[in-house]
Amino acid sequence: MGIPAPRPDLATTEAPTTPAAARPKRTNDAIRELLSKWGLLIGLAALPVYFGIHDLTGSQGDLSRLGENMVRGLSNGSIWALIAIGYTLVYGIIELINFAHGDVFMIGAFTAFSFTGTIGLTLVTGPLGLVFGLFLTLIITMMVTGSLNVMIERVAYRPLRGAPKLAPLITAVGFSFILQNVGLLWRGGSQKSVPDLIKHNDEVVNLLGVPINNGDVLAIGVTIPLVIVLTAFITRSKVGKAMRATAQDPDAARLQGINVDTTISLTFLIGGMMAGAAGLIYALYQTSVSFNMGFQAGLIAFTAAVMGGIGNLKGAVLGGLVIGVIQELADNRIGGQWVSAVVFGYLIMIMIFRPQGLIGEQTREAG
Amino acid sequence: MAAADPSVTAPSAPARKRRGLALPSGGLPKNVNRALVVAALVFAVVLPLFFDPSSGFINDCVLALAYVVMALGLNVVVGFAGLLDLGYVAFYAVGAYSVGWFASTFYSDADFHVGVTSFVEQLPGVHLNFFIVVFLAMFLCALAGMLIGLPTLRLRGDYIAIVTLAFGEIIYRFAVNGDEIHLFGKNYPLTAGQQGIGPLDKPKLPFMKEPLSALQLRPWYWIALGMVVIALLAVVAVRDSRLGRAWIAIREDEIAAASMGVPLVKTKLLAYAMGAALGGMAGSFLGFFATTVNANSFKFSFSIFVLSMIILGGLGSIWGVVLGAVALTFINYSLIPDVLNGVPGKIGLDFQLDQLSFGIFGFLLVIGMVLKPEGLLPERRRKIELTEGIGADEALEAPRT
Repeated sequence: MGIPAPRPDLATTEAPTTPAAARPKRTNDAIRELLSKWGLLIGLAALPVYFGIHDLTGSQGDLSRLGENMVRGLSNGSIWALIAIGYTLVYGIIELINFAHGDVFMIGAFTAFSFTGTIGLTLVTGPLGLVFGLFLTLIITMMVTGSLNVMIERVAYRPLRGAPKLAPLITAVGFSFILQNVGLLWRGGSQKSVPDLIKHNDEVVNLLGVPINNGDVLAIGVTIPLVIVLTAFITRSKVGKAMRATAQDPDAARLQGINVDTTISLTFLIGGMMAGAAGLIYALYQTSVSFNMGFQAGLIAFTAAVMGGIGNLKGAVLGGLVIGVIQELADNRIGGQWVSAVVFGYLIMIMIFRPQGLIGEQTREAG
Repeated sequence: MAAADPSVTAPSAPARKRRGLALPSGGLPKNVNRALVVAALVFAVVLPLFFDPSSGFINDCVLALAYVVMALGLNVVVGFAGLLDLGYVAFYAVGAYSVGWFASTFYSDADFHVGVTSFVEQLPGVHLNFFIVVFLAMFLCALAGMLIGLPTLRLRGDYIAIVTLAFGEIIYRFAVNGDEIHLFGKNYPLTAGQQGIGPLDKPKLPFMKEPLSALQLRPWYWIALGMVVIALLAVVAVRDSRLGRAWIAIREDEIAAASMGVPLVKTKLLAYAMGAALGGMAGSFLGFFATTVNANSFKFSFSIFVLSMIILGGLGSIWGVVLGAVALTFINYSLIPDVLNGVPGKIGLDFQLDQLSFGIFGFLLVIGMVLKPEGLLPERRRKIELTEGIGADEALEAPRT
């Protein structure tokens, strides 16, 4: 299990918020129930099914283009999944939408980009050197973003723990702006192209007409081990147990002798490290970085976290992959300029049909 | 505060029902308070007479006043009703585009004029009178506000923030790519995309000979001031009404409010509608003032800009919001680009500060929040809430000292 929804005592399973809940059931309610159960799934399946039929009946004749979209989508989605983990962990533990998280990811991509240059990885580096160099870059990037995230928590969120909920949200936005400007000063205002170290478009294998490229292998190959290690850490280790306890009830956790402040810092550390890994993958996979990419990445990843069920680790990964596929389909079929409109349209749909997310429990926020 | 003994009253019950436009001045008598409000108004009216009519200062003042209206609108939604709206830029966009649609040569196939000058009569396109456009903008925004509010009705807190944020982003996308969308035929695109719609008609007031121009900023200022006064009176009247109390009840405890008979759907939608209408009023004014409508102005950072005003000023506190709006406008449009811009160059750094305006802005947000999370001029009720538990009695005493 992931981090459960916060405070079960307040997480009412049958929210008495709408007067409709108190009335006897009517057809209206039955339809609503049906929609909330299947509406989101139908909505999610709509895009691939539509384009699948379109391909089969049209000039394409087979599903290879759809398959390619899916593979690219899953690779992109693994980036969103890693960022979404940071959102979901932080939200699970202090109920804060960490708006600065997307920009931590951006700093991660910048760090990876710069560090590969510093240690002299170029297009002619041999495979062994490349793997070792990239591994070193991954470690460094994760350290940088992890400690950056911890620092942000210490400076901007911890002093406001007793303040109204809006206050840390505002400091989060403030830090998001600050980090964007750090990126701007560091690398300038234009988009920077990253050397294509891993030759991300070279085909590794061809699965039923769908090419799997180096980039996909990198994305999946970094994400899966990280997620497995993280899940094991949170479910098995003692510290992970402390994290889950703090997420459930900080006061009770403190009474049990858990150092809540350290646990929260640790959560930010893990979230930041995941964002750093995502930044590395992004830099090598998309081969371009810019100072303002964090904002949209953050929003997309947050959508992913909400879609999976915020506070839920598995949900964040699932949501990330789903959003990745939606995004790729929108990009490839509808047009790049509409991607965020489509993604946010889905976000609103989730909120209407299933605010608790795909596999999340009902939280008190989502009534 | 009229209640005698703080230990007897409940910690969240301000005794006075009608606070009106009283300044947050502590224990001043009513008449002094009234005089202060009048003095502030008179000062605001005569202020532009002391400056050059085309000076940058007056320009910033006009912007500040327009932002005050924006902030008052957002304060209704966030401060009164407690619905965190991160997509307020949507109403700026709808308001400004109303001007583009109804007061420019944008739809040049159409030929429709109502109450405009003889010069504008000759131009093709839809041209409506300034006031009609502002009312249309308010109406459209109120509709949009309710539309955006609908999916959030079942949600609370951060989830509302996300849905409204998503709507704001979608509207931005539609603004940027609107030149591809043709709802009413080929020559009627939704927006002009990145190119922007312009020039817009110059508003002409009934008692003035010439339409307003960028060189003579005083009339703009007085129009904006008039809008601020209208918005202030409206917001105060509604706050002290049954509806305003219903908003505060919902903000404090939705379930309790519902069980006391507050109609949640209607009350929340009215909050969205009123906030949006004020946003539309300010948005259309800013559109007229800027003389073009450019899709790039409708970014998320605008929502944050307005939200920061009300939070730095003090959520729910009307004078705090006014102060926050004026302060942040001047920081953003005057202090950072004009005053501080040369500083890095002087100390040998190779960048311009106005590149980093949002970084500085973010820094101010962080500092402001960490030092004073309740805002500059906090609303009494909120101040009490903040300190409740640790020392509610002292909090009640505080305004007297």
